[in-house]
Amino acid sequence: MLLTADDLAALWLTLKLAGTVTVLLFALGTPLAWWLARSRSRWVHPVAAIVALPLVLPPTVLGFYVLVAFGPHGPVGGITQALGLGLLAFTFPGLVLASMLYSLPFVVQPLRHAFEAIGERPLEVAATLRAGPLDRFFTVVLPLARRGFVTAGVLGFAHTVGEFGVVLMIGGNIPRSTRVLSVQIYDHVEALEYAQAHTLAGGLLLFSFVVLLAVYAGQPQRRSF
Amino acid sequence: MSMTARVFRCLMFALALTPLPVVAKESITIAAAADLKFAMDDIVTAFEQAHPADTVQVIYGSSGKFTTQIEQGAPFDLFFAADIRYPQALAQAGLTASAPARFGTGRIVLWSATEDARKLTLQDLAKPQFRRIAIANPEHAPYGVRAVQALKAAGVWASVKPRLVYGENIGQTAQFVQSGNAQVGIIALALAVNPALASKGGYAPIPDTLYDPLVQGFVITRRAAHDPLAATFAHFIDAPAAQAILRRYGFAGAPPAGAH
Repeated sequence: MLLTADDLAALWLTLKLAGTVTVLLFALGTPLAWWLARSRSRWVHPVAAIVALPLVLPPTVLGFYVLVAFGPHGPVGGITQALGLGLLAFTFPGLVLASMLYSLPFVVQPLRHAFEAIGERPLEVAATLRAGPLDRFFTVVLPLARRGFVTAGVLGFAHTVGEFGVVLMIGGNIPRSTRVLSVQIYDHVEALEYAQAHTLAGGLLLFSFVVLLAVYAGQPQRRSF
Repeated sequence: MSMTARVFRCLMFALALTPLPVVAKESITIAAAADLKFAMDDIVTAFEQAHPADTVQVIYGSSGKFTTQIEQGAPFDLFFAADIRYPQALAQAGLTASAPARFGTGRIVLWSATEDARKLTLQDLAKPQFRRIAIANPEHAPYGVRAVQALKAAGVWASVKPRLVYGENIGQTAQFVQSGNAQVGIIALALAVNPALASKGGYAPIPDTLYDPLVQGFVITRRAAHDPLAATFAHFIDAPAAQAILRRYGFAGAPPAGAH
């Protein structure tokens, strides 16, 4: 392996970003997916559509709006400046926020499906046994939706590792802060450093295959007869 | 058969008999460095006015990326680079049909969209009010290399470096400043003179003596060796109309002779 110090820094930064985003998306995505799976509100469909938007939008649309929103005249930029935090573009927290938007459906959708698959019955049974709402969630929902959580975590993590367009548009390519693996590969190719690009690109290819293999191997076998 | 259906059938029949247009419309595709965005748009407009039968398509990006793409067989007929060394490298690899020709000199300026940049100097960048300073990526963008040279020559490199953000090319660098996410940036004069940018905050030229000359060069690629339109366009760059546009965007003049 011919990894330079910059390559290793980009690798570490990418893992840090994907890890942070996955943890935060679990915290945000679990209640959101629960609400989407259980609520009969007329807002379920609009909210589900908004959550799914990053699946169909080009990263340039997301990157452009995030850049404008983070700017001094944008809604997010106005808030962060008022709080004395400065602007979020070109910072690691800014990258985390943008990546959460970008990877949201990859966490929320598997969780929603897992929650829907549980159905009402086990929860009603638990309630008759005097299990409180929190108790029901941790002792009934969590074990039953285990596979959904694994899929959501793996896909959320992997999709953040694979992010490029949004990072390129709002990251500013700062070593150790916003220069993630996908951008580092792009820079190697632009600078005609194909050997280094191959090492990183090949590594990512292998990583992505293993991740998807693990997800598919973890699914229950489907029988068609 | 109803009347409508009959009319419809007649229409379809007439359509089928209509001959396809056989006018041989010539077109070429140009890869141009991002600093040429406004200047080349004007040159192409002037060219198409003079040659109404022809179309010229321009794709803007970084010179390094275009060099790679042409090596890999990208369908560009001409290549206008921000640094003549890129077309020279392609010529050495036997991928060109003309000798790399100089068409101007690129210059760098300080530009801000949020404050009055007209009196700014590189020394001012040491001030902490400039929390983010945008330059093009010096690893593969010629304007980024020159920006780093100028910052070092001005003695502010150590102070500025931790606050730098890197645009993928000079166009994205300008966009970081335009959106206000970077308070100031070092961009191409050819972009800063555009009214849309110059009206915001203004710009201050960086002295030529602080960085190596940015000799702009273009070349006809090998695939267009026998394309008369590519040759005509290459010729047009020397015409007074194109030269006037290049002057207007600040590309004129001999490259600076270095330190005096």
